[in-house]
Amino acid sequence: MTAALALGDDALVLSHRLGEWAGHAPVLEEEVALANIALDLLGQARVLLSLVGDEDELAYLREERAFRNCQLVEQPNGDFAHTIARQLYFSTYQELLYDRLARGDSPFAPLAAKAVKEVAYHRDHAEHWTLRLGDGTPESHKRMRRGLEALWGYTGELFEPIEGCEVDWAALGEEWLARVTSALHRATLTVPEGPRRGAWAAGAGRQGLHTEPFGRMLAEMQHLHRSHPGASW
Amino acid sequence: MSGDTSGEWPLWEVFVRGRRGLSHTHAGSLHAPDAEMALRSARDLYTRRSEGVSIWVVPSDRITASSPDEKDPFFEPAADKPYRHPTFYEIPEGVRHL
Repeated sequence: MTAALALGDDALVLSHRLGEWAGHAPVLEEEVALANIALDLLGQARVLLSLVGDEDELAYLREERAFRNCQLVEQPNGDFAHTIARQLYFSTYQELLYDRLARGDSPFAPLAAKAVKEVAYHRDHAEHWTLRLGDGTPESHKRMRRGLEALWGYTGELFEPIEGCEVDWAALGEEWLARVTSALHRATLTVPEGPRRGAWAAGAGRQGLHTEPFGRMLAEMQHLHRSHPGASW
Repeated sequence: MSGDTSGEWPLWEVFVRGRRGLSHTHAGSLHAPDAEMALRSARDLYTRRSEGVSIWVVPSDRITASSPDEKDPFFEPAADKPYRHPTFYEIPEGVRHL
């Protein structure tokens, strides 16, 4: 179940990253919005990981190298614009992918059909913020551009075919680029230049290679379960 | 985008319609930079437990409210006019939902 693991880990890891905004978001309204998105993703992760095995064991007891999420979702939150850039790249991808999966006959079709509506809202949220930050003040424009550029190198991996997902990945990648380009232009931003994957290990998350911040994130995510196995409240 | 540059986002009042046939009722308020974002924040803050099928947001400063000082001239005169209430009718047997 390579595909369930890849999609499930994407959702789980991004959910945790967004959850890190709790108590830190610029305004209370946005904190609730990000937490809502995180909870949507957590729900998707639970369904997907349950297709593979015990969801708690998979989330809390796997080592870093066993995670199959793309490297984009594990990137630290940075400032708010950085998080929005990550949301724009990922939710646009996830919406297009789920839309295709919903129309197929894979085991993910029922989940994808339900989740695509949630993800459409995540993408809408990201686009609205991209528009306001890009076309806002010089400072917000600068930060939005910085976030988009910093994460650009992790977007190539999104279109590496995932075994078990019968999708035209090249067409998915083209549509993604068209949508992101359109959103950025409306926000007076330009599509970053440069390669969409690094020469080193960037773009190998699906093979279990992750970036340095991911280890720290996992330590925080897993420590409670590892310290108190089976704890509940 | 232009607008207020004081750094403080304007306040919006949120009205949510629970289901078809009912009217919108006041749910609360929130801060947002503009109407579109106010609508989205309202969705996240006030309808996340399936409370609604429709949302209105209204800039708080566009609401004209009666003041507590005017309470007596506004509302007192209605207090002793029971004939304005439809309470003097015999309800025929068999009429339900009244």
